[in-house]
Amino acid sequence: MSLCEMTHQCKAALCMLLMNLTISNTRLQVTNSSCNFPDGPEKTGDIERIKNEGKELTKEEKQRLRKEKKQQKKNKEKKDEKAPLESEKEKKPASSSPASQATAQPPTQKASSGVPAPAPVPVAASEAPSPVDKPAKSKAELKAERRARQEAERASKQSKKGEVGQQAAPSKAKAPPSELQPVVKRLPEHIQVDNPEVLKKLAKKLERQQIPLRSDYGYKVSLFSHLHQYSRKAPLTQQLSIPSSVIHPAIVQLGLQYSQGIVAGSNARSVALLHAFKQIIRDYTTPPNEELSRDLVNKLKPYISFLNQCRPLSASMGNAIKYIKKEISNIPSQCKEEEAKSKLQDCIDCYINEKIILAAKAIAKYAIEKISDGDVILVYGCSSLVNHILCEAFEKNRKFRVIVVDSRPRLEGREALRRLVQRGISCTYVLISAVSYILPEVSKVFLGAHALLANGYVMSRVGTSQIALVAKAFNVPVLVCCETYKFCERVQTDSFVSNELDDPDDLIVTRKGKTHLEHWQDVSSLGLLNLVYDVTPPDFVDLVITDLGMIPCTSVPVVLRVKNVDQ
Amino acid sequence: MEFQAVLMAAGGGSRMTDLTYNTPKAMLPVGNKPLMWYPLNLLERVGFEEVIVITTKEVQKMMSADPKIKQDVKMKLEVVCIQEDGDMGTADALRHIQPKIKTDILVVSCDLITDAALHEVVDLFRAHNATLAMLMSKAHEFTETVPGQKGKKKTAEQRDFVGVDESGKRLLFMANEADLEEGLSIRKSILRKHPRVHIKTGLVDAHLYCLKKSVVDFLTDNKSISSIRGELVPYLVRKQFSKTINGQKTKDDVEDQNQKKSDSSTNLELHISSRDEPLLQLAQERSCWNDHRGDMSEAYHGGKLRCYVHIMDQGLCYRVNTLAAYIEANRLVSGTYDVLNVFYCINIGSDSIIGASCQVAEKTSIKRSTIGNSTTVKEKVKVTNSIIMHGVTIEEGCNIQGSVICSNAIIGRGADLKYCLVGNGQRIEPEGEAHNIIGNDA
Repeated sequence: MSLCEMTHQCKAALCMLLMNLTISNTRLQVTNSSCNFPDGPEKTGDIERIKNEGKELTKEEKQRLRKEKKQQKKNKEKKDEKAPLESEKEKKPASSSPASQATAQPPTQKASSGVPAPAPVPVAASEAPSPVDKPAKSKAELKAERRARQEAERASKQSKKGEVGQQAAPSKAKAPPSELQPVVKRLPEHIQVDNPEVLKKLAKKLERQQIPLRSDYGYKVSLFSHLHQYSRKAPLTQQLSIPSSVIHPAIVQLGLQYSQGIVAGSNARSVALLHAFKQIIRDYTTPPNEELSRDLVNKLKPYISFLNQCRPLSASMGNAIKYIKKEISNIPSQCKEEEAKSKLQDCIDCYINEKIILAAKAIAKYAIEKISDGDVILVYGCSSLVNHILCEAFEKNRKFRVIVVDSRPRLEGREALRRLVQRGISCTYVLISAVSYILPEVSKVFLGAHALLANGYVMSRVGTSQIALVAKAFNVPVLVCCETYKFCERVQTDSFVSNELDDPDDLIVTRKGKTHLEHWQDVSSLGLLNLVYDVTPPDFVDLVITDLGMIPCTSVPVVLRVKNVDQ
Repeated sequence: MEFQAVLMAAGGGSRMTDLTYNTPKAMLPVGNKPLMWYPLNLLERVGFEEVIVITTKEVQKMMSADPKIKQDVKMKLEVVCIQEDGDMGTADALRHIQPKIKTDILVVSCDLITDAALHEVVDLFRAHNATLAMLMSKAHEFTETVPGQKGKKKTAEQRDFVGVDESGKRLLFMANEADLEEGLSIRKSILRKHPRVHIKTGLVDAHLYCLKKSVVDFLTDNKSISSIRGELVPYLVRKQFSKTINGQKTKDDVEDQNQKKSDSSTNLELHISSRDEPLLQLAQERSCWNDHRGDMSEAYHGGKLRCYVHIMDQGLCYRVNTLAAYIEANRLVSGTYDVLNVFYCINIGSDSIIGASCQVAEKTSIKRSTIGNSTTVKEKVKVTNSIIMHGVTIEEGCNIQGSVICSNAIIGRGADLKYCLVGNGQRIEPEGEAHNIIGNDA
């Protein structure tokens, strides 16, 4: 890359030249065709030469290694494209040199010199001696070819390192210069949409699993251009055959229901997913020579990719999938198929019963202690758990009233309002823009959560953090209700890095016959953003009510640790 | 497997007997392909690999002889023959093949020519867990003059009244004018749940239905239903709002109502409710979605039987069951489907289709027409806007306009035919003139 390296290489080249000249005088007879293995009487001489050259090469090798380490460090700090490009270039001469091995001298000379000139410096050294020296063709060629082979190996190692480095780069600013590879978790692909490499890998993976790729829709606001944005009018089923043979029909149905929003809400999505898994397990037959424990897990992978394409998986779904996969892999191999299948179905039922239904009962029990008579409770959006708690409290004859806060474009609060009013609870309905006006009346805020992150942040519907912030400003206690199966190991401190972008056309509304945003795509400076989630810092949350009890927000990592130990 | 496709090809073509008295409707040539090739092509394009074809022995024989069906159709066709006496309705045919039905079915009629995106219909069926999903299209006016018609006629008053909800997807009401005596009456229960109903009359029913397996099982118990379109669909649409299906059911209720209602309704309810597992119920309860707003009821008003319809705005959708539709379809497919080899190129317009092994002599002019296989057209013939089937001989100097000439007919020299229908094997004398006549007998 730099001048100093060039000069080193030139020096190396000169050394080799001199060596070649001295030896070549005695080796003029060695000519044409197979340059690998010359005939008998010249063998010993050749071996000597090779040894000499070997020593030279090791020196050069060391030099080159040093250069490459420096380069590697630079690569880690630079952009990602360089590494794969370099590995590509380095692989090119590697592929051309074995070809040159078999052909005669003049064409080989052309071939080796024809190797791309802009190739990075480490490769240039192999070319430098060969075009210069005509009579010492064979030796230089042998050298070149050996060097090229080493280059290729080094390049492949480098590209592997480069990949890890490339993914480590966004998460780690400083790469350790030693040979120790940092143990870094890879960034999930669904938040790297603006990286064409990652997209290519995703496309390849989906192609292998025979699942259609859903294309992004519309202009994305630049802050969120690393996330997927799909249109509801272009469902994934457009590209599938109608009697879906690759994907189980239950999964196709589920994917459609997710993408159209018919099944929405963390608990509902998990339950529906587990129901679909039950159907898959019921319809599954082990192919011959396969084990259920391994084959079933492999069968589930394309389905999960499909569901991910329809709508990004939620944290609760992720945990449920992990649980199922673990259960499947733990099936002993001597277990009969029918037995295994019924065992798995029981596991699923058990999971739903414990983690969702009973957990809801336990949380309701704890939460009811916190609701006193005369309370004014504020809820946001439609959380199935919070609705359950309020209905239970009402059954237990607590006297309270509810304020339902709603926000566009989902307007889920209307559904919460309907469910509460149906039970007889007296409710008030406001939009989120009025929350600071209504807060002086409120005595408590109950919020639901989509997931609880390992650093105590609460991930929930967009707008929740606003409510928590305003409530904090008014000194109103904020209680978050969340089952433990929604706790996830992720750490996030802002809502940008990982989120979900919904269909931007949902923001278009028709009032008095006029639809102002109808042609928003034609206005080049306009972008519509429809975020789904946001994170609330633990400073704004006073208490988290889980099925394990009432814990402060910062105790989430403890619960996670205990859960992992249990499992 | 998700769906099984069923093609109903036993229909007799009762509304175009002039064309079908010799050739069964399923094998009528449209754009030189047999009519049933079009729905088979549709199913193949969409991804089906097997189709159950319900047809008569005659059609089966013709199918095995037809090159188009043998070569172009790559799917496996399982042919089920039924009697030709015509007493078997489409629902009876479904009952007949009930042992073969293992999953939900997609029923298509053989006379459907469409380029609809089937996934729209099927997505409604899947997403809402519907019992019935069907396809309809806005009807197009037929512009061509039809032989035998005196001027532009209005079809007999046999309109279909289709009621849909605000979203245009849920099917609320379906009745044919023939069944309504004084006026259209809509039940209060429908209006209470769906206060805004759009009633449409200008729709063509494509006869493409996605039905749940439980409906086929229900049919086996109810032998009184014999036609899908005529009886089953209106029955299902009505049953959506029937009191027996909705609301909380207890065992006593079911037993009480057993005496009042006929067996059919409780059977259907049992078939449907047994499929709704408690997990699905739980998922629906926890989901914050509702298909309507403004009243206190949950999604779908708690109803388990749901019927959906997808109404196509644009695109091709024709049911070839009348002569006018047949002519119109021929006109259109020459534009959309692959046009066969055109040789000689003597004044043959690009919107015409010429079949294989035809002999077209010089100085002929063929415009906007379809000419079948093995026809012979001699010199100085002018063919405009016509449909000429297979094996026809047209002698010199003829002038054929807007006509339909069935197979193996012979048109004598110098004949002048305008808007005529010439039957199978008929012979028109030389220098004959016919205007707006449908001729079947010699």
